[in-house]
Amino acid sequence: MDFDLMLRVYPFFLDAAWVTIQLSVLTALLGLTCGTLGASARLSRFALLRFLGAAYVSVFRGTPALIQLFILYFGGPQIGIQLDAFEAGVIGLGINAGAYMTETIRGAIISIDKGQREAARTLGLSQWQATYNVILPQAARLMVRPLGVNLNMLIKATALVAAISVVELTYTAQRYIGSTYKPFEMFLLAGLLYMIIIYATGRAVTWLDRKVQIT
Amino acid sequence: MTDQSHFVEIRHAQKSYGTLEVLKDISLNVERGQIVAIIGPSGSGKSTLLRAVNDLDSLTGGEVWLDGVQVNKDLPHRQYEKHINAMRQDIGMVFQHFNLFPHLTARENVVMAPKMLKGLSKEDANKLAEEQLEKVGMLDRIDYYPSRLSGGQKQRVAIARALAMKPKLMLFDEATSALDPELVDEVNMVMKKLAEEHMTMIIVTHEMDFAASVCDRVLFMDQGVVVEEGPPEIVFKNPTKDRTREFLRKHLAGAA
Repeated sequence: MDFDLMLRVYPFFLDAAWVTIQLSVLTALLGLTCGTLGASARLSRFALLRFLGAAYVSVFRGTPALIQLFILYFGGPQIGIQLDAFEAGVIGLGINAGAYMTETIRGAIISIDKGQREAARTLGLSQWQATYNVILPQAARLMVRPLGVNLNMLIKATALVAAISVVELTYTAQRYIGSTYKPFEMFLLAGLLYMIIIYATGRAVTWLDRKVQIT
Repeated sequence: MTDQSHFVEIRHAQKSYGTLEVLKDISLNVERGQIVAIIGPSGSGKSTLLRAVNDLDSLTGGEVWLDGVQVNKDLPHRQYEKHINAMRQDIGMVFQHFNLFPHLTARENVVMAPKMLKGLSKEDANKLAEEQLEKVGMLDRIDYYPSRLSGGQKQRVAIARALAMKPKLMLFDEATSALDPELVDEVNMVMKKLAEEHMTMIIVTHEMDFAASVCDRVLFMDQGVVVEEGPPEIVFKNPTKDRTREFLRKHLAGAA
């Protein structure tokens, strides 16, 4: 194994890892937004919204994320959507992650005992007041860990955007393989950096989960 | 519309789920300060009737009135929500499984609704919490989360939470059924205290002794109808209907 080479290219991989982190953060934010909207739709009292929410989830969980990215990035211009690779990556992965998060958020909300809403409504709180003050604070605590799992998956999914030429970790590894012919070292380095990112987020999620639990 | 002359008036309450009729034309009047107990086997519709009083379960027919206002008014969704939220502020309810908010302390459980709906200041809210928790003997646990309270303590906090809205009427839906036997008394004591203060109450219960000792009137329900109704001395000691007799025999035998 060529450690020398790994040390030499390491700074360039760090830059690439920074792009992966940016991608991950933006994707997570967009995913959370889509997930919140999706879950709200799925739990709406309007049948049309419930249908749209369910359709969103089954379409984006029912097709490969890579195909979704290809449709957006390569197929987009055909229907007038011009995005650069990074934008397409964030939007494609964000909407995809949102479908998974929709189910996470919805699951946490419906797992709150219905007696909680009843008690709140009985006191005179409106549907929205009950949701906001009684259901969501409890559901949010239950969401932390499963959303952490979603986050873990979406960080790894950012590797897919190498296929639409976003210069992140995986793409960078491939590029250096082209000039060094050392795929073992290059992919190992990329994998190591992914692991560090994921380990750090995992710890952060565990910390947050402990922090929000009721004593 | 006829004149509304009783404090609580249930007129021809009817409720069905599909073809299953759980309430069959039930009428009930409760006067101010009166305590009415509803007893009966499970599935008799007694909880459903109680939950119809604040429209937690909507009737499919009939009317519920409280203090001259119809609770289950026929209104468009938005207006109805506004109306029912206002009505429910006057109707306290206590549940079998307490339904305390686990993310809030006893104090916060008690003051959440009054703060939100009545715009209480911080000092007033604190005073209210102390007052209400004192009343149920839970002042020493005011900053405890529900997870650190026993069942009986939880239920007492739940009663304080309902009382904090200063309701005109209190509904108890098997308030002691989920409690360990040794914790039942502390909750019954609180309910007795309310009775002495002439709180109007409708109580669904399995505790015949307690019902007999506090209530002015007993309703025995079975299969969606009121089988027998009267003062506890009559219903418990000299029931006129076979079904009441049979139920009481089974129930009292089970309790002994």
